[in-house]
Amino acid sequence: MLAWKIGGDQGEGIDSTGDVLARVANHMGYYVYGYKHFSSRIKGGHTNYKVRIATTRVEATTRHTDILVALNQETIHRNFHELENGLLLADSAFKPVLPESASAHLLTLPLTEMAKSIGSVMMRNMVAVGASAALLQMPVAPFIDYVTAKFEKKGEAIVAANRKAVEIGYQRIVDEYAALLTFKLEEPVPGDRLVISGSDAIALGAIAGGCRLLCGYPITPATEIMESLAKWFPLVGGAVVQMEDELGSITAVIGAGFAGARAMTSTSGPGISLMQEAIGLASVTEIPAVIVDTQRGGPSTGMPTKQEQSDLLALLNGGHGDTLRVVLTPGSVEESFEDAAEAFNLAEQFQTPVLIATDLSLSLWQQSVERSRLKASAQPIRHSATFSQEDLLALGESAFQRYRLTDNGVSPRSLPGEINGQYLATGVEHGPSGKVSEDPVNRIQMMDKRLSKLEGIHQMRDGFKYEGPMEPVLILVGIGSTVGILREAATHLPAKVGVAWFRTLSPFPTERVQSVLAPARHILVVEQNALGQIRQLMTIHGIADSRFDSYLKYDGVPFLPEEVVDRATPLLNTLEVH
Amino acid sequence: MATLQDFRTNENAWWCPGCGDFGVLAAMQKALVAVHANPATTAIVAGIGCSGKIGNYINSYNLHVTHGRTLPAALGIKLANRDLMVLVAGGDGDGYAIGMGHFMHSLRRNVNITYVVMDNHVYGLTKGQTSPTSEEGFKTKTTPQGSIERPIHPLMLAVSAGGTFVAQGFSSWQPQLASLIQKGIEHPGFSLINVISPCVTYNKVNTYDWYKKNLQNLDDDPTYQPTDRSRALTRLHESDEMVTGLIYQEASTPYEALIPGFRETPLVHQDLTVDETTWNKILSTLE
Repeated sequence: MLAWKIGGDQGEGIDSTGDVLARVANHMGYYVYGYKHFSSRIKGGHTNYKVRIATTRVEATTRHTDILVALNQETIHRNFHELENGLLLADSAFKPVLPESASAHLLTLPLTEMAKSIGSVMMRNMVAVGASAALLQMPVAPFIDYVTAKFEKKGEAIVAANRKAVEIGYQRIVDEYAALLTFKLEEPVPGDRLVISGSDAIALGAIAGGCRLLCGYPITPATEIMESLAKWFPLVGGAVVQMEDELGSITAVIGAGFAGARAMTSTSGPGISLMQEAIGLASVTEIPAVIVDTQRGGPSTGMPTKQEQSDLLALLNGGHGDTLRVVLTPGSVEESFEDAAEAFNLAEQFQTPVLIATDLSLSLWQQSVERSRLKASAQPIRHSATFSQEDLLALGESAFQRYRLTDNGVSPRSLPGEINGQYLATGVEHGPSGKVSEDPVNRIQMMDKRLSKLEGIHQMRDGFKYEGPMEPVLILVGIGSTVGILREAATHLPAKVGVAWFRTLSPFPTERVQSVLAPARHILVVEQNALGQIRQLMTIHGIADSRFDSYLKYDGVPFLPEEVVDRATPLLNTLEVH
Repeated sequence: MATLQDFRTNENAWWCPGCGDFGVLAAMQKALVAVHANPATTAIVAGIGCSGKIGNYINSYNLHVTHGRTLPAALGIKLANRDLMVLVAGGDGDGYAIGMGHFMHSLRRNVNITYVVMDNHVYGLTKGQTSPTSEEGFKTKTTPQGSIERPIHPLMLAVSAGGTFVAQGFSSWQPQLASLIQKGIEHPGFSLINVISPCVTYNKVNTYDWYKKNLQNLDDDPTYQPTDRSRALTRLHESDEMVTGLIYQEASTPYEALIPGFRETPLVHQDLTVDETTWNKILSTLE
């Protein structure tokens, strides 16, 4: 496994350069994971893109870098400490200086000049790609093939220039630095994989789950879901509506749900705050709606381009009044796909808003995913609890009771267009027919109906997953992007360590959590927020006890597997002693 | 064919005796009959306030939403099932205060829905506070010395914001109001019918008599042509919006007809399974 990184100023094409490397490596049969460091501005400011290239699945970034490509001195200053006996390739144009404490070989190439020699300074990053291929001792041909295909539509001249750029970058390293080429990847593991992000996975899952309408408002880091669907929906007859705000977004989704369509909105923390009142409306009117929260640093504008998992309690309890919501928490890109599709089934089946809590790291960073894990046909659409036109005709006029009390709390609904199915869906408390009612007995019946119906979800899915030994000494508990980090950390820890993660945060899978955690002697809850929100939930549900410990991080930077190992090791040592 | 009776529910409206909203309800029901609407394929979205109760009294599919959010809900309904006739009703507070953002953007978005605003220049259900259409100097419990803000001019805003159908009616002038709502429903795009609907309890200034004295009926002016945006604005400006009738209309293609790849068959009637070819086409964009 090798880690390669390129750094420079924002707006200099760092992202697309990293993408080329990741996609070519993926195509060759490697598993890749790409991690981007960026800030909330368009031009200027340091940015870097790190790609891990491996022969097994990767779901996390790492402390270490083997090869660093620096397009400016700031990149060296900010990143050289990651290089341990690594290679630093720098553009000689900025006269790179390697700090004395660095443990790296500095290689310089006149990247800018070489780019100019083939026509444009714009080619510099492609020269760096070619050079990187040589430094990684990867064959150059797949890179040439990739740029040829990528720029095909832009004409022959562009294709030729890009090919040339890759070639000269590659050749100069081979010619000048052959002696330093010590890094070599293992043999690739050919397979059919795509490099996708969690946002892509959610958009794909939504389509597979029958969603045909997204009403949303752009917000970092959730916008990619909207953008992907804007690209794909025309192929399946769906629509993306860019609304004037998040209040409108969620309410349009509720309108569509009332009419019987599968609709969603995607947002981040600030948008969730604005949507809270309407989510309550969906709960009380029992209208399906799917809401994705791609969490970022909060509160307020907080750190919009930084990782955090601090919306969890707001997703559960952010609205006024007594409501229960379904909150799904996928722990990988593949689970993002599955949960996005399933969210629409659950929303319809339980007639309720379903929230998906993902986070910036899980949503934005791209990784290799088996194509076989992204099958629409593997996510069947389940329609449920609807009165057919025949049922309603048999029932007669004015007899349909939209909120009839039933054993499981779900009342079969009618859909606009159906004769005899007319009713009032109102956010005001109502009786079985839908008519407004402030009767105390009715109030209790309706409240209990809404609060109890969600328990059925536990029969539909495993809300708390576990991977590890039968008798673990330590279980690492996480959520969202942290799960992949914990999984990698566990491979560096003794075999007695297991990893558990929530798939359903609400309704809380109490029994399942209890049984999974029962054998562990110690439990470390690893979460990216300051208040320990997951642990708080475990406390409320009577699960957290003296075996529990928290590892919290709220600096905006994702956990590294190494940090988790460092945190868990002394814990394990203590346990061994006693 | 549906009759007035078909659009009634068995609930008695609880508005104050003499409230203008009775007239709006009656005109909406008449318009629905006139356009041969069917209760089963009619959806009505209502807002919060006295006006928001209107959904309780019309037999149709009714969605009563949060304060100010009627228009987005109607958009969602229409895009989900474009075969439905979608009407929205709400007050001046709901539409022009808390919901103003949606009002402006609905005008420029032009989804085929009909928006009936029941405008009484006062907050009724919260028992008498100033509204965005209240005149300067209007005394209420929240403005005991009189409102010091200028009123919203919803019609001029609508015409300026790109509205394709803008009209104003008066709850007492039933034939004209029913006809305006009918035309609004028939208009293939967003239609605004601002309806002067006097509050007999909390507005002792803008009364029925006051309106009857001050309103000009555009139907009585054969020279007025509702097809010129700038002339419409001039007329509204000169009359301080004290006109009834069709103020502006233009040929319109609704939003839902312009969405790329959006189908004539309503979303709710489509097969949601994605065939292998389409799925692979989608995945290929990620390669």
